Amino acid sequence: MTTDTGWFEGVDPEVLDARDAIEDGTAESPAAWPDRAIASGFASDADDYYDKLREATIETAREAVAQRERADDQQLVHAVRAMDDCERTANELAERVAEWGGSRVGKSGGGVAFAREITEHEPDSDLDEQLRALAEQVVDLDERATELRASIERFTPEVAPNLSSMAGPVLAARLIALSGGLKQLARSTSGTVQVLGAEDALFAHLRGDAPSPKHGVIYTHEYVRGTDPEHRGSAARALAGKLTLAARVDHYSGERRPELEAELDDRVATIRARGEDE
Amino acid sequence: MSLPEGVQRRSFDGRESLATRGPQVSEESIVDGWRRWDPDRSKVGAMFEDGLEHGLEGGERVLYLGAASGTTVSHIADFAGPTYAVEFAPRPTRDLIEVAADRDRLFPLLKDARKPETYAHVVEPVEVLVQDVATRGQAEVALANRQFLEPDGHLLMAIKARSEDVTADPESVFEGVCETLSSGYEILDRGRLEPYHDDHLGVVATPRQ
Repeated sequence: MTTDTGWFEGVDPEVLDARDAIEDGTAESPAAWPDRAIASGFASDADDYYDKLREATIETAREAVAQRERADDQQLVHAVRAMDDCERTANELAERVAEWGGSRVGKSGGGVAFAREITEHEPDSDLDEQLRALAEQVVDLDERATELRASIERFTPEVAPNLSSMAGPVLAARLIALSGGLKQLARSTSGTVQVLGAEDALFAHLRGDAPSPKHGVIYTHEYVRGTDPEHRGSAARALAGKLTLAARVDHYSGERRPELEAELDDRVATIRARGEDE
Repeated sequence: MSLPEGVQRRSFDGRESLATRGPQVSEESIVDGWRRWDPDRSKVGAMFEDGLEHGLEGGERVLYLGAASGTTVSHIADFAGPTYAVEFAPRPTRDLIEVAADRDRLFPLLKDARKPETYAHVVEPVEVLVQDVATRGQAEVALANRQFLEPDGHLLMAIKARSEDVTADPESVFEGVCETLSSGYEILDRGRLEPYHDDHLGVVATPRQ
């Protein structure tokens, strides 16, 4: 006979606030819980027990799912910021390595590729060794950024399937990060999404110093970048509108809705054709 | 092979298909209250179509591991007794909860099937254990959950070859999984789930005494 206790021990049968008991409780082995619950007075009969179990499990699962999903999009936010930090730092250090390395190895270059060359150089002094070690760190940071990107590409479709498919996983993750989370993105207007990442230009515009920005990070999307400049604003607006819908579907229902993408494809084709007609 | 009580072959658009009676799930076909059970979307449906000796009669208590969005478990809850549905991923669980909300005796649990101690305080002993988890170590999951099964109960398990090893020959993967499984179960029937599911093996087993 097991000494384990069932989920209902200590749960008020009238209130049924059972989330902690169901989520955090454990038992070594199962037992005839319905009989025990009836014996302890928690339920009057089997039907009553199952009615209570049903209410408690559905409520607990709802809350647990919401909490886990919130946690997942925050993981993505950290991953995107870490990837950006690695890339920025790698580039910054690469400039230093390029400047220093040019004077040591007698040829010039730049970027991570040049740092990679420096790492293969045989050091002949203490300072040379320092330079080589610094170059190695550039290469390591660049590799870390690449691996973070691969993780983001795998993970974003789980967190936001529609947004990820429409924007590409990295841009989708970036939009989530810029908003502070999937929920915040889902609650944004499409005008906000259109200029996410262009905050400096937006505030300059609000101060009256500049024209309104046509796009923020969504510029990296083929539908904006690949549209001729004259129609880019329209394309950015159309894309931002559908991205906002995709984020809402991902946050509120989680279902795949491929037709959103098809509608966007049609809309952008129309905008681009307008250019050709003129 | 006979079908459990509550599962019938019915006609949908002139084609015969398995069906159960219950509340409609999303946009599936439903005729006179009977829901079409699509074997292409359900391993257990495929086991029935492929004629495995499943041992189900209807009305049993069920523990379902790997319930995903609830497609199969909704049909099982239609003809079984109290049904406990374990799923670990939050997104499909959202759909599973909606399926459960339309039914009286389907209990969703956001739990990891590899850790039975985290739901043993909720799940009672059952007559049927269904397992469809796409994870490495599928036999170990079935062994860890054997404690939920009554002595004369039935395990219905779908083994996915690619979850164990993407490169190995499926038949040799199935052999390995069945061998591990045999330490705790007596295998009663087995068969590939083609044409409905590629590289899957259906297994029916009972706990070894």
